[in-house]
Amino acid sequence: MLGRIVFFLCLPSVLAAQLCKPNAAEGFKVRLSIKTALGDNAYEWNRNQRFLFQAAIAFAMSHHLDLEFNVSNILVCDETPRVSFWFVVTSPDDPSRLVGKESVELAVRASRSRINNILLLNDATLEFIGVLPTLAAPVKPATPSWLIVFGVVIGIIGAGIVFLLVSTVVQKKRKENEVAEEEDDDEEAQMKRMAGNEGICNTSFSECDRNTQM
Amino acid sequence: MRLKLKLPNPGLDDRIPSHGDLEKMEKDEAGDRPQWDNKAQYLLTCVGFCVGLGNVWRFPYLCQSHGGGAFMIPFLILLVLEGIPLLHLEFAIGQRLRKGSVGVWRSINPYLAGVGIASMLVSFLVGVYYNTIMAWIMWYLFNSFQDPLPWSQCPLNANRTGYVEECARSTTVDYFWYRETLNTSTAIDESGGLQWWMVLALIAAWTVLYVCCIRGIETTGKAVYITSTLPYLVLTIFLVRGLTLKGSTEGIKYLFTPDVNELMNPSTWLDAGAQVFYSFSLAFGGLISFSSYNSVHNNCELDAVLISIINGCTSVYSATVIYSIIGFRATQKYDECFGDNILKLMNTFNYPENNITQSNYDEILTHLNHTSPDVIQGLSLQNCDMQTFLSQGVEGTGLAFIVFTEAIIEMPISPLWSVLFFVMLFCLGLSTMFGSIEGVIAPLLELKLLPRSWPKEVISGLTCFISLALGLIFALRSGNYWLALFDNFAGSIPLLVIGFFEMISVVYIYGMDRFNKDLEFMIGHKPNIFWQATWRVISPLIMIFILIFYFVTQVTKELTYLVWDQEAESFPTLAERYYPQWVYAMIFILAGVPSLAIPIFALYKLIQRKFCKKDYSDSTVDTISAKIQMSDKMKF
Repeated sequence: MLGRIVFFLCLPSVLAAQLCKPNAAEGFKVRLSIKTALGDNAYEWNRNQRFLFQAAIAFAMSHHLDLEFNVSNILVCDETPRVSFWFVVTSPDDPSRLVGKESVELAVRASRSRINNILLLNDATLEFIGVLPTLAAPVKPATPSWLIVFGVVIGIIGAGIVFLLVSTVVQKKRKENEVAEEEDDDEEAQMKRMAGNEGICNTSFSECDRNTQM
Repeated sequence: MRLKLKLPNPGLDDRIPSHGDLEKMEKDEAGDRPQWDNKAQYLLTCVGFCVGLGNVWRFPYLCQSHGGGAFMIPFLILLVLEGIPLLHLEFAIGQRLRKGSVGVWRSINPYLAGVGIASMLVSFLVGVYYNTIMAWIMWYLFNSFQDPLPWSQCPLNANRTGYVEECARSTTVDYFWYRETLNTSTAIDESGGLQWWMVLALIAAWTVLYVCCIRGIETTGKAVYITSTLPYLVLTIFLVRGLTLKGSTEGIKYLFTPDVNELMNPSTWLDAGAQVFYSFSLAFGGLISFSSYNSVHNNCELDAVLISIINGCTSVYSATVIYSIIGFRATQKYDECFGDNILKLMNTFNYPENNITQSNYDEILTHLNHTSPDVIQGLSLQNCDMQTFLSQGVEGTGLAFIVFTEAIIEMPISPLWSVLFFVMLFCLGLSTMFGSIEGVIAPLLELKLLPRSWPKEVISGLTCFISLALGLIFALRSGNYWLALFDNFAGSIPLLVIGFFEMISVVYIYGMDRFNKDLEFMIGHKPNIFWQATWRVISPLIMIFILIFYFVTQVTKELTYLVWDQEAESFPTLAERYYPQWVYAMIFILAGVPSLAIPIFALYKLIQRKFCKKDYSDSTVDTISAKIQMSDKMKF
């Protein structure tokens, strides 16, 4: 009698040991790189952290399948110093039956970021071997930012070109007016202006050297 | 013993202004020739023209691949024997004859006008493709105003399970450059269509150039205050930043470690010579134009020496900066590579984290190799070699748009460094473009191809517009391959040919004696034995050597080009392809037409003279007064 009680008490753990093993058909390998992710703030991987992991997976399964999963439904085995292990998920109704691999994968993918955050890790440091990560798409604003900068630069340059062209035209008009004014002057006024100079040197006659060569 | 070698050149005095005329022009400030506002503008413009993208992305590569610190020796020797004399020659002849490139050679001898025309054609072709590089730089600059930078991430594939295959197999920077910027096709014949974003970038580049060149040196003279000085500021900022990054000293050590054996290699000397020649932007005609706006008594000898020294020092300085950043990138990649290997080992053998580090990696690996060699084989661990990372693809556009951008995304506050870097490249390129445009517009005006009544603004606008239209070829999907073609053939052999003819024309057709007297008139003393020796003998010889070498290598080597092809075996390394047959015709046009313009124009002038018997230029007025020389040489 006592033997049978002991047998039945040990059965779950034996079953658990048999259900969870490396390369289990319905299991996943998980690898954590805590020190890489957190550096000096890294936590020690111990029983309590494992419990947290199990709780997170239980949450993910419950959330996805809308069934009530317990921490005891998540079986972990083959832990290594690397901090990697295998886990399997048992069905809440029948602890001897495993939940299918696909359902577990879908559940994990759906709540991936939540699981990451619970353990303070990310997709690269909390690896579920075989589960493809859902990558966040790079943020794309409505107008590419380069078009905005391009528009600004072209606007400034365009304004510069218009300004320079207009100023050239204005300068030309001003010069034309001045020349017109000069022509309108009397000869007298012109003579007066010329009288101030020493006269214009006629280059076809002399070398325009002020001093006579000795 | 004086070399009295001089070809007969009748009528030279009638074509050029005499010393007396020059003095008068100086006093009257006559003529509608533009002038520099001050000496600083002139120096900055020349420095800007000479210091360009080549100093940043060609010289460091040559330095590193030809024996590091030892490369300085051929570089400096050839700088002194080839660069400075040629530069002084162009400055002096421009200042003396006060014309642009066509005018100068036409004055020396009407048959030589072809040299000026060749200069103009080369300036035009080089300007077209150089400004496309500016367009690429502007594209990267526009894209730098966001965090994270667009070349730091791969886009996701259709079902969001991973990255786009092309990006995953190569790197994010490669993908951004080849796919999102160029959208490159796999061969030069597959032209694809025009890429609208590239067309916009080209328009931006040409309009910026137009606004700076709109009134010739009046506007460029103001622009150079910024475009010529800003690069030095940015280089200094990068030097400070670079030296504080991990691994920068590795890069600098790699750059300057001398390998004296490289000095025995002739290609080292030839590459040094070519680099000096191209780096000084000689034979474009732009420098002659710029000097012609100087006052007659400007000390062009000092200018030439000063600008050569600045150019040389800038090359060395920017090489240091570039390689400090490259050292940083190489160290990052090395650490990454090591990290990957360590991770593989840790995962397979379940070592706790941080148990394997770079220091004990080797011993652990040997231990594991003993215990389980097959597993180690299966892991395919990479061989991480620092030297490989340091020597990766570090010249030309590959340096700026792939290697450097990769380094920038590893730095904190990446957008800032990206903006600074591309602004620096933009300024370097823009100031070189000023010289190019000057080398096109000044001859155009002198050839009187356009009506006189057209204002400067219209002429520069027309030049920019036509160059833009031709440059649209580089906005095609195969544009990058076209650019490489232009770069290799339009900007290499014709320049050497023109440079050689320039030397011969001045020394042997214009006459060394006359040139010496001119210099004595302009700067107050006759050029010393150094200039005589280099102008007469040494520099032309060097030019001939380099020309022959280049010609021989181009003709003998197989004409291949590198393509980005996903299907190729060597992907992501570029694959080599042969050019199609019709490209040979293009090469002939690019390299042959400018070079052949010299003899063809001489021939044309000869035929013109022979068939039009009326020689207007040779008529002299036969009067008594014409025979009396009113000069101060006659003593009564």
